[in-house]
This record gives sequence, C-alpha cells and structure tokens, in this order.
Amino acid sequence: MSQAGGLDPLQAAGVHQPERVFSGSVDGGVLHQAEEHGAQEAVPAGPARELSAATADADVLLEVDDLKVHFPIRRGVLVDRTVGYVYAVDGVSLAVKRGETYGLVGESGCGKSTLGRGILRLVEPTSGSVRFDGQDIAPLQGEELRRSRRRMQMVFQDPLSSLDPRQSVQSILVEGMRAHGLADSTTAVAARLRELLDAVGLPASSLRKFPHEFSGGQRQRIGIARALTVDPELIVADEPVSALDVSVQAQVVNLLEDLQARLGLTYIVIAHDLAVVRHISDRVGVMYLGSLVEEAPSEQLYADPLHPYSRALLSAVPVPDPAVEDRRERILLTGDLPSPANPPAGCRFHTRCPWRQPTRCDTERPVLLETRPGHRVACHWADEIASGALQPRAESVDVL
Amino acid sequence: MTRTSSAATPDLFAGPGAPGSSGSRGAGPLLSVQDLHVQFRRRGVEPFDAVDGVSFDVAPGQTVGLVGESGCGKSVTSLAIMRLLAGRTTRVTGRVDFEGTDLLSLSRGEMRDRRGRDLAMIFQDPLSSLNPVVPLGVQVGEVLQRHRGMRRSAALREAADLLDQVGIPDPGRRIKEYAHQLSGGMRQRALIAMALACRPRLLIADEPTTALDVTIQAQILSLLRSLVSDHGTALIMITHDLGVVAGLCDEVNVLYAGRVVERAERHELFERPAHPYTHGLLASIPRLDAAAGERLTPIRGSVSDNIPWTHGCAFAPRCEREIDTCRQRTPELVPHDERRGDHLLRCHNSVPLDQVVAEGLAGPGHVARAGHEAAVLDRAATGPADTAGGTR
Ligand SMILES: Nc1ncnc2c1ncn2[C@@H]1O[C@H](COP(=O)(O)OP(=O)(O)OP(=O)(O)O)[C@@H](O)[C@H]1O
Ligand SMILES: Nc1ncnc2c1ncn2[C@@H]1O[C@H](COP(=O)(O)OP(=O)(O)O)[C@@H](O)[C@H]1O
Ligand code: SF4
Ligand code: SF4
Ligand SMILES: [Mg+2]
Ligand SMILES: [Mg+2]
Repeated sequence: MSQAGGLDPLQAAGVHQPERVFSGSVDGGVLHQAEEHGAQEAVPAGPARELSAATADADVLLEVDDLKVHFPIRRGVLVDRTVGYVYAVDGVSLAVKRGETYGLVGESGCGKSTLGRGILRLVEPTSGSVRFDGQDIAPLQGEELRRSRRRMQMVFQDPLSSLDPRQSVQSILVEGMRAHGLADSTTAVAARLRELLDAVGLPASSLRKFPHEFSGGQRQRIGIARALTVDPELIVADEPVSALDVSVQAQVVNLLEDLQARLGLTYIVIAHDLAVVRHISDRVGVMYLGSLVEEAPSEQLYADPLHPYSRALLSAVPVPDPAVEDRRERILLTGDLPSPANPPAGCRFHTRCPWRQPTRCDTERPVLLETRPGHRVACHWADEIASGALQPRAESVDVL
Repeated sequence: MTRTSSAATPDLFAGPGAPGSSGSRGAGPLLSVQDLHVQFRRRGVEPFDAVDGVSFDVAPGQTVGLVGESGCGKSVTSLAIMRLLAGRTTRVTGRVDFEGTDLLSLSRGEMRDRRGRDLAMIFQDPLSSLNPVVPLGVQVGEVLQRHRGMRRSAALREAADLLDQVGIPDPGRRIKEYAHQLSGGMRQRALIAMALACRPRLLIADEPTTALDVTIQAQILSLLRSLVSDHGTALIMITHDLGVVAGLCDEVNVLYAGRVVERAERHELFERPAHPYTHGLLASIPRLDAAAGERLTPIRGSVSDNIPWTHGCAFAPRCEREIDTCRQRTPELVPHDERRGDHLLRCHNSVPLDQVVAEGLAGPGHVARAGHEAAVLDRAATGPADTAGGTR
C-alpha cells in the first residue's frame, strides 16, 4: 500500500510513532503493559467512579471508568526486572457529552497526555474501561479496533515533529484516508482534499508543499486537517496551540471552535494555559499526579475553585492587566510535583497543600465527590475551605 | 493584609558589594542600549538584520520588558548585550553603555570579567546552560572562586547558601547533584543562583519561565521581584507572555521584526495601547476576566508575511489600520499626541484613544472588569473575605 511520493506508514513505523499509531494501520503504540501489582492503598470503589450530574442524562459519547495507566520501571542488564511503576494515570473517571469540549489542565508530568493516549488506546491501559458511544473499546481487536480508532483522532502539540518532513501535504492527508479505506476513487479524494484544506483555511496550492514550508500556525492547520480526513467524532487535542505565537494561537482556537460548530465534533483539549482552556472548554478537569482533583463547568471552576490545587493554579496565572496584577494575592506552592513513581500517601497534594490539616490529609486518599451539581472535588476539607473556615498558611500567600 | 514573602529570600545579596536599593533610581541609566543592530551574514544569503536599531535604557532597580513573538529579535538583543554572539557571521553595531563604558568596545578578556560580575544572564532552557557532568555546587562555587576570589571550601559553603536563598530545598544535598537530577523549576533556580553568585547589577532574563509550570513560574517571578525591589538589581525581562510583563515590568518595549514599535510604562501600555500590533496581541489572548464565549480576534497572517522595514512598515501586510503611507514611508519611533509624553510609537495610523476605550481595553470598563476579576482571583486565593479567619 505504498503511495505517490509517500512512505508506507507501516515502514515508517518507529520514525514518527504518533502518526504510525494513529493512522490506525498498526495495532501499535502499545508501550508496556504493566502487570497487575499489589499493595496499592485501598480506594473506596463506589464513589470514586461516580460521574458528574452534568452528564447524568445527557448524550454521553465517551465514558472513562477508573482508568489506570502504569508504566513499569525496568532495571537490570541481563534479566529485565520490574522494580516499580510510574503511576502516570491512576484511576480517572469522567464522561464527555457529544458535542462538548472537555478541558484537561495540570502541571507537566501529571498525566494529561497519557490519559489522552490511554483513552484512544495509543497506549494500552493497565486497567479500567473506556466506552465510546456505548461500546467498551478495551476488548476490540483488529478490524473493529481500527473502525473505532477512525472515530477518535489526535492532534499533537508540535505539528512539525508529528508530520513526516518527507511527505507532501497531499500525501500526509491521503495516508489517513487510505488507512481507513476512504480513498478509493480519485475524484472523491480530490474533492475531499479541497474540502479539508478549505475547512482549515489553507490554500489549495498547499497540497504539493512540505511541512517545513509552512509557518507554525499553518502546520497546526495541517495537523488538524489530517485528523479530519477520516471524519472523526472525537478529537483529543494535546496542547494544540502551545507551540504557537499568541497572534496565531487565536486563529487556531477560532478554527477549532468553527469546526466543532460545523461538524458537531467532540473535543478533549489538553493544555497548560488555563486561560486558553477556560476559553475553549465547556467543562474542565484538573489533574494532579495521575488523578482528577476537581471537575466543573468551566465558568464555575474559574469563578469558584474548590480544590486547593486548583486555587493555587488559578492564582498563579499571570493576567495581562497591571491593575489586576498589582493587587493580586498568589498562593505559592513550595517544591515540585512529586514523582509519579512514588506518589505521597493519603492526599497526593498534601506535601504541597497550603491548607493541609493535621488529620486525614496524609493518611486517607480523598475521592472525587460531587459536592455541588456538576462540580466534583477530591479534598477532605473542601467544604471548610469553601466557607472560609479554613485558611491557607500565611507564608504561602504572596501579596505584591 | 501583611506582606509575607514566600520561599524567597530575605537576605539575598546582603553583605559587602550589595548595591543600593531602588532609591538610587533616577541617577541615570545603568545600561543604555543605543541604536543596536545585529546583522547575520551567510554566504549566498541576503544579510539579515535580526535586530534593526533598538535603543532602551535600564536604571538600577528598574525592570524593563522586551516583549514580542518568536523571532522578533529578543534573544539576539540580549546575546548582543552580553557579547555572546559568534563573531564571524554576525555584525553588531551601535552602543551598549554600561555606566558609560561601551561594552561593544571592550576586549574579550575585559568583557569576560564583566560577565558574571556586572551583568549576568539566565536562559529559557536551564539544562543547556548547566554543565551536565559537574555537580551543581561546584558549578556555582567556580563562579565565586573566579569572580570573588573565594577559596574552594568557602565557595562551596556559599554555593549551598545561594541555593537555599533561591528556594532549593535541602541545598546541602543538592550541591552534590547533577543537572539532570533536578526538575525544571529547580534547574532554573540553580541557574539564577549562579547568575546571582557575583551580585551582578544587571540581570538579563530571557524567557526564564517559559518552560515552567505556572505554579513554578510564580515562585521564580516572586524571586526576581524581590531581587529588584530589595537589592536594586536592574532587570531586563524578555518574554512573549503579556501577563508576565503586566505583573513585573516597569517599562515595556514591544518588539516587531527587530524594531521597537511601542514603548510605554506598563499601566499606560495596557490601558492605552496605541500600536495596532500591541492592540492586536491584547485582543488575541483569551483572558481569565473576559466573558466566556467571547470570540478571540486574531491578527491575520503570520510574521512570514512581513515586508522589509526599508519598504515601509514591516507589519503592514497584517495590519487592520494600514493606509497608503504605510508602504511608502518607514515609521519612526516618536512620542504620540494622544498619549503620555514617554509613550513612544512607531506607526502612521495608530489606534485612536476612543477606540481603545470603546473596546474595553481601557477606561471605566477596564476598572470595573478588573474589580470583578480581582474579586474572583482573591477568592481563589483565600475564600470569602467576610469569613476570613485569623491568618490574615
Ligand atoms: N512511555 C512511558 N514510560 C514510562 N513513563 C512514562 C511514559 N510516558 C509517560 N511517562 C511518565 O508518566 C507521567 C505522566 O506523563 P504525561 O506525558 O502524561 O504528562 P503530561 O501531563 O502530559 O505532561 P506535559 O504537560 O509535560 O505534557 C510522567 O511522569 C512521565 O514521565
Ligand atoms: N545565529 C543566527 N544566525 C542567523 N540567524 C539567526 C541567528 N540567531 C537568531 N537568528 C534569527 O534572528 C531572528 C531573531 O531571533 P531571536 O532573537 O532568537 O528571536 P526571539 O525574539 O524569539 O528571541 C530570527 O529570525 C532568528 O531566526
Ligand atoms: S485533602 Fe488535605 S492535603 Fe489534600 S487538598 Fe484537601 S486540604 Fe489539601
Ligand atoms: S504604520 Fe501603518 S501598517 Fe504599520 S502598524 Fe501603523 S497603521 Fe499599521
Ligand atoms: Mg503532555
Ligand atoms: Mg528567544
């Protein structure tokens, strides 16, 4: 199945792994499947999996239940021993409605990308389930898996490294269609290519060009066009605008919004820029060390963050307005994200939490509970913090 | 409300050599960059002016921002000031006066002495500026030995002290570690510690927080702030993040295609932006305080559409306010009638003040919105004020 000027995606395997994986032609992307392992602290099973009322009666497209992705840490020269696990995603449950944009935020290394890849089975989950349009995708194999993959696509942060530099735009776009048997008639392909370029706002002359001949924003448009070739319903966009200049970032954000309105797409948008996520998302989940610590409708999360980590995160976002910056209070967290290979006991945030209490925080892992309609939070003291009865330690509040 | 300083640094730079406080401002600039040009020449390629006549001053205790999109010449400007650009293919002209001495005229040896002692720089990617095979403490210690003539053991002790002051926990252990064993935030702090080791009077920070998470960024910015306010260090802050600029810089230079297109005090700049490019940048970023669902207004095209400055205004192909003059005459950086006297602008058809006000980028709406947002953000910090407990 080689093609004009292009590279057989099967042979390209390993060079551009993301592409190889998501072109769906290989049942690949499986990194390591972590074996079952014992001695994890007990988490109450029931409430942890309770989903938000926001999706209770809704038309749910994606349902993730207690998803875990653990990467084994291997040592040894002759015999590969597993000496531990990186708990990259450690029990995430969420649901995404059809046509909705679900934003995922959190510090670098907290597991956002791994969650996105686990959902698409670009990395094999350790446990838990992912239901797409009512169907559990975990047991899918071969043709069935390929068909379900077609309906879920990924857009990556760095368009240049996820696009094969030796492939023309045309060959990049046709490849996806071929892989899913959508490229049978030449005239249909040509029409489709025109339609795609038009949708992402690139001139038809782009087809013969190569990725390096485009600016960053244009490359991201190509990445989006590639995801659209197979008519997906869900797009997981991992930092889609992070590598772009702000003036161009707005173009791509608007494009994503337009495409959603026109094509009825459902998005999971991963980004570290909280202002971008608020702008683009209907609901937002905040991750910390492999778990969701808070989830709420976008407006509510930003107006009324309940989890100490969300509060710290929001208070740290610089705002382009000196009047605001001059009188802001920031919550400064000390230290860095602990290693996901050795997460703290109890509440995973307790080592940095300015609201930490002497009881429960370091012994008992809080579960994600819906404390207000549509608003889930995982903190033992969320109510007391919300009412102001508990205050952060003074030394972690920074006033300019 | 009490000012509580954070993980940062009560007595960074205390002791001999500590420069005066910000009171010394007004005594004239510490650094004065005048008409700086940096031209890259490669065989077979048109010479290219990455920096095309940039001038600005920095006084002790002042933070001057250079802001703009990637490729506009921010890093090249700072590398030229530090004399860190490779000689053969680059031509640097203009003046870089440090207390009256033109750094561009110094010999390489003289310049090496100045670096570290008088001016220091921190970079976006701390990993590439740290030596991977030398323990951290030794690296910081070497700077102290070289520039302050300290003995090895004293230098190591001082190194641990510096790491402590920039908020690195357990510095005694950390000085024995290597760069790859530290997280990004910790590496940046180590780099700052190194830059501060000789108590430089000017610090150039080139996107120091771009690679960091916002929570870590907040720590680093707080550290830089206390450096400037408590010790009178002059700071050149290079960033593409208008939010960082708004909170940190006294004066802001907006760069486009190698030239300053607008310069103003930060409140003035954000309340009354006059250049179509600055205006466009502000309109294209989503803000935590704008109503949700408001559509962003991007700037059209990208920098690859620019025309050369010699043909008029480089921004013209992307500009909403372009008029015939814009492709006939090159605009100069001059004061503007409708703005404060120290507000400089390079534009033939700037955004009128009433339009800025009408669009809510300034004026009463600005204040009201800021109030609303401040309330939200305060709440993020500490919860409802009326029930505040005894901590504040
Ligand atoms: N293939 C892998 N093998 C082992 N560990 C991995 C692998 N992929 C990711 N990890 C680890 O899992 C954790 C989560 O990584 P992930 O890439 O999901 O983070 P992220 O939230 O997307 O971060 P960023 O914001 O930096 O992109 C990290 O500690 C990472 O080092
Ligand atoms: N060593 C070099 N040789 C040739 N061109 C360079 C060199 N370094 C930077 N440039 C170019 O100079 C321009 C300004 O770069 P830079 O100052 O790094 O931008 P930024 O504002 O993003 O820091 C860019 O077009 C860049 O490609
Ligand atoms: S459970 Fe305790 S440590 Fe965890 S976020 Fe809540 S207050 Fe902080
Ligand atoms: S000089 Fe003309 S083209 Fe340039 S920014 Fe001003 S109005 Fe726009
Ligand atoms: Mg990621
Ligand atoms: Mg740069």
